[in-house]
Amino acid sequence: MEQLLSLFVKAVFIENMALQMFLGMCTFLAVSKKIETAIGLGVAVVVVQLITVPVNNIIFNQLLRDGALDWLGLPGMSLQFLGFLCYIGVIAAMVQILEMFLDKFVPVLYNALGVFLPLITVNCAILGATLFMVERDYTFSESVAFGLGSGFGWALAIVALAGIREKLKYSDVPEGLRGLGITFITVGLMSLGFMSLSGVSL
Amino acid sequence: MAGAKQVLLTPLFEDNPIALQILGVCSALAVTTQLSVTLVMCVALTLVTAFSNLFISMIRNHMPSSIRIIVQMTIIASLVIAVDQFLQAFAFEISKNLSVFVGLIITNCIVMGRAEAFAMKNPPGISFLDGIGNGMGYSIVLISVACIRELFGSGSLLGYEILPLIENGGWYQGNGLMLLSPSAFFIIGFLIWGLRSVRKEQIEVREFRIAPQSKNEGAF
Repeated sequence: MEQLLSLFVKAVFIENMALQMFLGMCTFLAVSKKIETAIGLGVAVVVVQLITVPVNNIIFNQLLRDGALDWLGLPGMSLQFLGFLCYIGVIAAMVQILEMFLDKFVPVLYNALGVFLPLITVNCAILGATLFMVERDYTFSESVAFGLGSGFGWALAIVALAGIREKLKYSDVPEGLRGLGITFITVGLMSLGFMSLSGVSL
Repeated sequence: MAGAKQVLLTPLFEDNPIALQILGVCSALAVTTQLSVTLVMCVALTLVTAFSNLFISMIRNHMPSSIRIIVQMTIIASLVIAVDQFLQAFAFEISKNLSVFVGLIITNCIVMGRAEAFAMKNPPGISFLDGIGNGMGYSIVLISVACIRELFGSGSLLGYEILPLIENGGWYQGNGLMLLSPSAFFIIGFLIWGLRSVRKEQIEVREFRIAPQSKNEGAF
């Protein structure tokens, strides 16, 4: 349990998906103008991350890895090269199912998330977390903790950035730096701040 | 052929995917600490974009629009698998360095964005060129960021020593910040500033006008 907790904290702060790993940057920069939308997107990412990383973990361990298909009478078979295709398929399918489920049973949340749900399919933070999970060979319970942590860390970062940008729009920024440029520099400073956490040992 | 040249060259500066369209930023930041790794990444991305544009454009009239995203995803993912297997076979060191970022080409917004915005509406030949053009626009930004980071961070380019480091008996003290993640944000931020100072039409409209200070006298 302690190990899972430290994995979670590590995924949130030390290996923050957005600020340390640079994943999900496109949506991170494009959808961080308002706090409310940032929170909505953040929640959606946490939910999708929490489902897809463990599901992909099962798929990798039971179907794709070396010798996973022994029970079928196919010893020494490795389908690892199909990995990318499977993971992205799972992510796209999960997002679609989640969308239909929310539409049917939780329409309030569905309306709040709106256009962001389909956008999540192409969010590299989601695929990135799955690939890290495969690369680091996490067990199932570790993958749950890592999925939750990485989603939560990303949500934290985008909400913080949205807060800063809401204030920043009143400031007098040099012409060429306006909009995208100053956002990059802000994120750089945030990332610098997060780096101070990297010395924390768990 | 004027059209083809235009399609190839506009994404370089006028409509740069990273600086203007905010596409494909993630990998731009993460793989730029070493120039050699960056070059491989650029070639990989350019090829994937070009070929995914080509194939998607070929079948664009046979795709029902309700499932087009998943079809596009499958094509892109297959291309990335090919690239990844190739790198693992022939450039294992670099593929280890790139780690998950080869896989992340799938979700790189440039590939998806160009497929959706260009290849779905245009014939295969010109779509292929558009892919190459956008890949090169991406490469220009990446390569310049990587040059700055590797040169000032570790005093070398492509592994050859340009600025001799103090540790090796030279005079240059490596700038550790350049090798860390935040520097990439600053460099791209400043690149955008530079680009927009030259091309004024890319400056974003401000949301609020700053009112001139009207009560100067009373303040002092």
